[in-house]
Amino acid sequence: MPEHGPSRGSELPEEVDMSAPVLGSSETLRIVPKARPVFRENVFADRAFRGVVLLCALAVLAMVGLIFFELVSQSRLSLSKFGFKFLVKQIWDPVAEDFGALPFIYGTVVSSLVGLVIAVPLSVGTALFLIEICPLRIRAILSLLVELLAAIPSVIYGLWGIFVLAPFIRVHVEPFLARYFGWTGLFEGPKYGWGMLAAGMIIAIMILPIIASITREVITAVPRVQREAALALGATKWEMLRIAVLRNARPGIFGAVILGLGRALGETMAVTMVIGNRPEIARSLFAPGYTLASAVANEFTEAVGNLYLSALMEMALVLFVITLIVNALAGLLVWSIARGKPSRALA
Amino acid sequence: MLKNLHTTSLRRRLSNWIALGSITLAALIVTVPLFLILGTVVVRGLGTFNWAFLTQIPKPIGEEGGGMGNAILGSVLLLGFASLIGVPLGIGAGIFLAEYGRNKFGNIVRFTADVLNGVPSVVIGMTAWALVVVPQGHFSLLSGSVALGIMMIPVISRTTEEVLLLVPQSIREAALGLGIPKWRTIISVVLRSASAGIVTSVMLAFARIAGESAPLMFTAFGNEFWSSNPNQPVAALPLQIYKYAIQPYEQAHAQAWTAALVLISMIVLTVVFVRFIVSRGVIRGAD
Repeated sequence: MPEHGPSRGSELPEEVDMSAPVLGSSETLRIVPKARPVFRENVFADRAFRGVVLLCALAVLAMVGLIFFELVSQSRLSLSKFGFKFLVKQIWDPVAEDFGALPFIYGTVVSSLVGLVIAVPLSVGTALFLIEICPLRIRAILSLLVELLAAIPSVIYGLWGIFVLAPFIRVHVEPFLARYFGWTGLFEGPKYGWGMLAAGMIIAIMILPIIASITREVITAVPRVQREAALALGATKWEMLRIAVLRNARPGIFGAVILGLGRALGETMAVTMVIGNRPEIARSLFAPGYTLASAVANEFTEAVGNLYLSALMEMALVLFVITLIVNALAGLLVWSIARGKPSRALA
Repeated sequence: MLKNLHTTSLRRRLSNWIALGSITLAALIVTVPLFLILGTVVVRGLGTFNWAFLTQIPKPIGEEGGGMGNAILGSVLLLGFASLIGVPLGIGAGIFLAEYGRNKFGNIVRFTADVLNGVPSVVIGMTAWALVVVPQGHFSLLSGSVALGIMMIPVISRTTEEVLLLVPQSIREAALGLGIPKWRTIISVVLRSASAGIVTSVMLAFARIAGESAPLMFTAFGNEFWSSNPNQPVAALPLQIYKYAIQPYEQAHAQAWTAALVLISMIVLTVVFVRFIVSRGVIRGAD
């Protein structure tokens, strides 16, 4: 959208151009500066207003910088003591003050991946259904339901996870998986109900809405002509969706998935409540685990000793950097599709 | 004659039906957890819900009754103080993006706002801890509000921008054409006609942060008693739910479910209300 009117506020002639368009010759413009001192006040006020909102915009930039700065400065102790080994060590021993983040990074990545594996097909399916199949009347209701799913607080997902989902997994899901897929080594060991699998399922439910809503936006952006062309060539509806819609929307859907991943990595409360909180690396998804976010939330208020605090801060720093990269990547992908149009989906 | 035109092979028709069937099934499956969660919260939460729950402070485990009045008050206070930070900065940044930000710098701000929106809330909580709790020396309502306020900024700024862009260009031109300076045009004409939309964006931000507990654990911290002092720790509904959920007592669990019911009704009402406003059109004179 082009800027209109006396945008800068600094060039007086433009003001006249607006108020007296009929006289638009350059002769008339030259008269203006003498005209009224009132204009000068307006110029000042315009600049001041612009300055104030510019400050607000700069505050957004400053916030991200501030977060990074505070995390680095608070984790200095741990950074200097452990260096890069912090990222690859498996030890987590507050008593001996020896810390390594590997089990937490592993838990974060694996639980998020489990979440994605479950959530991606479901959410892409939902988006396709909403746009391409669903009757108009149901569409409004269904999208409200998906929106509500996004509005449920993390801690309530956790509450539900502890008392409803985990027992369900223990009784129904885990025996089934162990019986038929136990040979993969991913589904074996004692069946608690809570653990990596439960965390992955909760994460899946929580990231469904965001992936679905962005996928939906991307699919809507695919030109109608593409669909009509495919149908005119005799494609069935599914073939049309595959050839015309999904293929065109692929980078955007990929962006939506990455954005979902960003959310999954940072999920805190619900994950803390169902993952079991044990810093171990196990192959089986039935085993308890720990994530960066849940460790920070769980141990930070109880941490004694500066090194312990600092190690937890460094974990937050690792989490921040990972999500920063993931979100930036997702942003670029989604933007490349819906260029110029601000994406509401992130809200 | 027409029958002969229908030459799609059985295999293609079959895969069509299977694919469309699975897509529909996926959409159905997605709604299941929502109904399960809402259903459980209502059924289990209504059991111990009464007036005292909304007005009293928690009683020690073992004693009957007690409520979460202080946590409800705490949540409201946290939201209020957070808006003092989040609303002006968010709306200001939104105005900048919509009115002055159609350029490279605007894109950078937009991108950063999206990135800030994706920063895990627990990380923002730690930043607020380092910013406020460490210098102050103790947990406080103030530090919790700083954390929540930072989280509000990107949500409000991006939605405000969107809403402002919906205001027809002709309205701006009309105002400028009357000789009204640009700042006045934005405040009295653009913001005014978009006011419903901006209220919506603030409500959306409320819905987003009202349920946050991770950033409050080491900022607002929680409190068993009434407190409205900005410099003291304060209780919050989500924190209270977490605290009660991980205790081994049935009675505490029941309280947690009731608190969940209260919290979720507040949020769902907000979301539905926002939907209602949006469906009626957020911009005056836009149609």
